[in-house]
Amino acid sequence: MLRQAQHNGPSHSTTDIAIEARNLVKDFGDTRAVDGVSLSVPTGTIYGILGPNGAGKTTSLRMLLGIIDPSSGTRRLLGRDRPLEAASEVGYLPEERGLYPAMSAREAIAFMGALRGLPLGEGRRRATAMLAERGLADWTNRPIRTLSKGMAQTVQLLGTLVHDPRLIVLDEPFSGLDAINQEKLEEQIRARAATGVTVIFSTHVIAHAERLCERIAIIAGGRVAFEGAVDEARGKLRPIVQLTTRSPDGPWRAALPAQARQQGAVWTFELPPGGPEPLLKALIDGGAGIETLSIERPGLHDAFVAIAGDAAARELESSNGADA
Amino acid sequence: MNTLPTIRAALVIGRRDFTATVFSKAFLFFLLGPLFPILIGLLFGGIGANVAQQAEQPTIAVVGSEGDIRRLEESRQRIADVFEGQPVIKFVYFRPEADEDALRRKLLTRKPANIGVLTGDLFRPRFVGSVDPQGPIARQLELIVGQAQVPPGLQGQPLTIQRIERSSGKTSTARALTAHAGQALLFLLTLLLAGMLLSQLIEEKSNKVIEVLAAAVPVDAIFLGKLFAMLAMSLLGIAVWASAAVAAVTLLAEPGTLSALPAPALGWPGFGLLALIYFGFGYLLIGAAFLGIGAQASTVREVQTLSMPITMSQVAVFALAAVAAGSPDSPTGLFAAVFPLSSPYAMLARAALDGRWWPHLVAIGWQALWLVLILRVAAAYFRRSVLKSGPRRRWPWQRRSQPT
Repeated sequence: MLRQAQHNGPSHSTTDIAIEARNLVKDFGDTRAVDGVSLSVPTGTIYGILGPNGAGKTTSLRMLLGIIDPSSGTRRLLGRDRPLEAASEVGYLPEERGLYPAMSAREAIAFMGALRGLPLGEGRRRATAMLAERGLADWTNRPIRTLSKGMAQTVQLLGTLVHDPRLIVLDEPFSGLDAINQEKLEEQIRARAATGVTVIFSTHVIAHAERLCERIAIIAGGRVAFEGAVDEARGKLRPIVQLTTRSPDGPWRAALPAQARQQGAVWTFELPPGGPEPLLKALIDGGAGIETLSIERPGLHDAFVAIAGDAAARELESSNGADA
Repeated sequence: MNTLPTIRAALVIGRRDFTATVFSKAFLFFLLGPLFPILIGLLFGGIGANVAQQAEQPTIAVVGSEGDIRRLEESRQRIADVFEGQPVIKFVYFRPEADEDALRRKLLTRKPANIGVLTGDLFRPRFVGSVDPQGPIARQLELIVGQAQVPPGLQGQPLTIQRIERSSGKTSTARALTAHAGQALLFLLTLLLAGMLLSQLIEEKSNKVIEVLAAAVPVDAIFLGKLFAMLAMSLLGIAVWASAAVAAVTLLAEPGTLSALPAPALGWPGFGLLALIYFGFGYLLIGAAFLGIGAQASTVREVQTLSMPITMSQVAVFALAAVAAGSPDSPTGLFAAVFPLSSPYAMLARAALDGRWWPHLVAIGWQALWLVLILRVAAAYFRRSVLKSGPRRRWPWQRRSQPT
């Protein structure tokens, strides 16, 4: 069944790794675009690379795929030191979509499959079926230049998947899609992952990573600030308590940590290290008169701020603004 | 480079490029392209031929006594007065020698070339030359000889005319023409194709297809695929043009015109084979250089800037080969044959003029060696440049890009 990010999947053996990078560095002239990126993507997971624009996500993916060579460091893709040797098992959707405008939708999909070793005839057959499945049968023989941007993106995504890759690499796949198509794409990613395919994608939208990913790498300024399970990232912060009381003051106040913030009748503070039970006991014994009390796990956004810092969080927000 | 997957991937890319180009409107223009220089050539050639025909005075060597020569010259002058403004045959005079046949052979091959030799005396005049016995030159000659026989009441025999094949001088001129025409065609094709290759590459860079290609196949395969596609396209073009030319000559020209064309020194089949081989080498050498250099251009404007010096270099190479075509064994000719970029042009010209095969075998080996070298260097340069975005030349005055 579909894997949900909330479940965050089973733990993976470190020997079953689809992508592994160690200290990847990429310099363009005097500019260091990527500075020692290390990450490990277990087979069969959905893995997100999260970071603002210009953080080095695309450059890292291009190095992992062998499109460009790193200045230093090593990488392995599906067990191969030379990533292009695994090309027939990889599907890649680049950030800047590229299709031949004069090619028909079917030919474009079949051509992308042929580049990955799928015979052209089989590629055409699959392309026709895939387009029909998505209600695009009428567009099968139409040139790409006559398609809308969203449809062209769909064609490129189908071309990425036509040869049934074991590893799917998507660079900013949600960029330029409306909300409905973003949701459809999320469903497709989950469906592919449910069949055991490894999916790695880059994004600057935390919500996508939070909904889809089991593991993430947070990249800022060309460096990996965090790499691990989403739960692990959230675990960097303590749960947040929101409390409303009937009594405005009293001995119960001693149970609140010093950083507790009050907004109207609502108190917000991190759950103390002792956990919820001693807190509840102290509040009740202190006569707080609890009206509401909620304990929430922090979101990935809070974790991102805590891990990457305020500056990176602001860049991420401006990236989202630019994308919108 | 893993050879088999690279070749397979190159064929996938080449096939795409080939079909995309052949089924485009641009290919129609490519096929029609050679018509324009041919039409212009025919137009100016026709005008030139008329002018030349009007100005030309065929020269005949006359071997005879002083008296006969004087009569012939007077007769020629009278005819020239009557046909004022029209070309009248010109005589150059020689004293008789003991061996008349040897003298005749010498006069037929001397330069400037005579179209024939008139011997005997006015009683038994005999003409040997490359003229049609029923044509205007023969009739003019008959008239002059007839007039020369009249004044003193001479009753000489009519002029006998023996037609011979063209002189060797004319054949060599025609072969030189074949050499120049072959070179010019080769050069035009290469220039056209290299330009198309660059445009296609820039289109792929600007619509980002290159990223999709480079993620799936080695960059060497992209490079080779593009070269293969253009080569296949040009061979298709040549096949179409050659068929059209043969069909046109067969349908429109007089019977026997094709066989009357002066054969290149190596014969038409050999010349055709070598033309194909040298075209392949010439195109691949220039195409590889174009791709390697053009990979660093990101926009059409940059392509135009880059194309100019490359095209000028090509013209210089062509000029070198063209100069060398007339004298293949001169130092210039040998240099043009050895210099890798001009070698295909120079050797094609040699194939029209020189009947030996071994220089071509040596040249093909030499060009193959350079082809491998240039392909490797250009592919490496292409690999380094083609996937970079933004400015790549690290001149101090240029800003550097900030990749994402």
